[in-house]
Amino acid sequence: MDPIILVKDLHKYFGSVEAVRGVDLEVHRGEVVVIIGPSGSGKSTLLRCINHLEAPTRGEVWVDGKHLTHRQTDINAVRAEVGMVFQMFNLFPHLTALQNVALALRIVRKQSRDEAEAVGMEQLRRVGIPEKAGAYPGQLSGGQQQRVAIARALAMNPKIMLFDEPTSALDPEMIKEVLDVMLELAAAGMTMLVVSHEMGFAKAAAQRILFMDQGLIVEETTPEGLYTAPKEERTRQFLSKILH
Amino acid sequence: MTDAEPPSRAIPPARARPGIVGREFHLSSLPWWAIIIIATGLTLAYLILASPPYHDTFTFLSAGLIVTLRITVSSYAIATIIGLFTGLARTSKNVIPYTVSTLYVETVRGIPLIVLMLYMAFVVVPAVANLLRVLGGWGYSAVGGSFFSNLSTIHSRDVSLELRAIVALGIGYGAYEAEIFRAGIQSIGRGQMEAARSLGMTYPQAMRHIILPQAIRRVLPPLGNDFIACLKDSSLATVLAVDELTQLGRLRRSSTFRVFETFNVVSFLYLAMTLTLSALVRGLERKMKFEE
Repeated sequence: MDPIILVKDLHKYFGSVEAVRGVDLEVHRGEVVVIIGPSGSGKSTLLRCINHLEAPTRGEVWVDGKHLTHRQTDINAVRAEVGMVFQMFNLFPHLTALQNVALALRIVRKQSRDEAEAVGMEQLRRVGIPEKAGAYPGQLSGGQQQRVAIARALAMNPKIMLFDEPTSALDPEMIKEVLDVMLELAAAGMTMLVVSHEMGFAKAAAQRILFMDQGLIVEETTPEGLYTAPKEERTRQFLSKILH
Repeated sequence: MTDAEPPSRAIPPARARPGIVGREFHLSSLPWWAIIIIATGLTLAYLILASPPYHDTFTFLSAGLIVTLRITVSSYAIATIIGLFTGLARTSKNVIPYTVSTLYVETVRGIPLIVLMLYMAFVVVPAVANLLRVLGGWGYSAVGGSFFSNLSTIHSRDVSLELRAIVALGIGYGAYEAEIFRAGIQSIGRGQMEAARSLGMTYPQAMRHIILPQAIRRVLPPLGNDFIACLKDSSLATVLAVDELTQLGRLRRSSTFRVFETFNVVSFLYLAMTLTLSALVRGLERKMKFEE
């Protein structure tokens, strides 16, 4: 079967800094892949190249058979199929939780207000906070905001979900509520690419773990493999720092 | 050094800071500036009602008050529309809108409003009228019809000086508003645009539904302040002899030589408008701070 995400020899420069230095990656339907690595290793940049929030300097990105790095591809149509969850949530502060979730359905999918809000409520129920539908982001806790952000991405019925350090900005007691939503999503068969150092999540849900360092994928392994026998010295060193 | 007792430097008592701590009444904590302005205003209001020279001056000037408000409101409406679109263009990555908008903003902001007003009235309007007349002449000889024949007889004197003042002020303030809108748009975090784009929205959709609603809320207080500044600058229309408040004041002065009464009333009328408006803007600012 064709991979749903295909990355070939991806390079990304910011000025003279090469953040990603030649990454190849295949992700298949239903797979959950976790990317770990030290800060500045290019994990987020790789993720952001996959929905073209960053334009790759060189290389190819294919999403669901569409060539993203090709001029004539409708990037917006591809993005609508790829959900993204950000570290800082990035909810729209002037809209209620329900409006946050429903807005893109109305604008991008051209649904009526009633249709969009019905889907929105369904997604808010899925992430466990239908009672906060009328609340503004400023009135929600970090964990609740991130769950609304996940619901917002899910409402578009994406084929892939990208998570960019979804729990890094959260207080410890709120991490679990977000991870639980992500675990359910993984169990439901969603294709997920997750940048995160939550090893509990990786162990429970991931089929593969990629270790990135200095813009390259240094090691690819399974959750078990990571604990028992990391092959690379750099991976071992990094793990000794994040596993207390 | 002996082991001197630590100096018991007591915290100054609360009443040493008037108006901030404690509920004791202090004369020095009253907003005297406002009391003085209000007292002066009430005195003038009384004079306008009771003293014939003041009363006559006020009656004469009140027509100018309406013209001043008309110039202010219309030119500011023009300025807001120009400013919104120019501000958007200033944040554009596309070189053409960016260049055109930046050229406009930098040029207009570098010219004194009074010069801009003279330039608009005596250079631009006649030039445009001439151009239209020539085009109308060509059109009439080529196509005919009443549209082109009307166009070929157009003359700059058909454009009232008040309208020229409004256009000049609108174009001048448009450049200031553009910078306010640009700053407002750029003050919205990058994450908002990214979140919107990641949902599949196009750039214009994200601008319209996500960025602008937040930016406009944020720039309402500075826009309000510029409205007040625009009201004051409408007095520059006096150089075009438009019968607004300042111009009528000057006319009144030269026909009656009652300098004192005339400019007291002129200043009083401007102050009554600007202070009322700035109180409204302050209320708006407080409301927004509360909501954030």
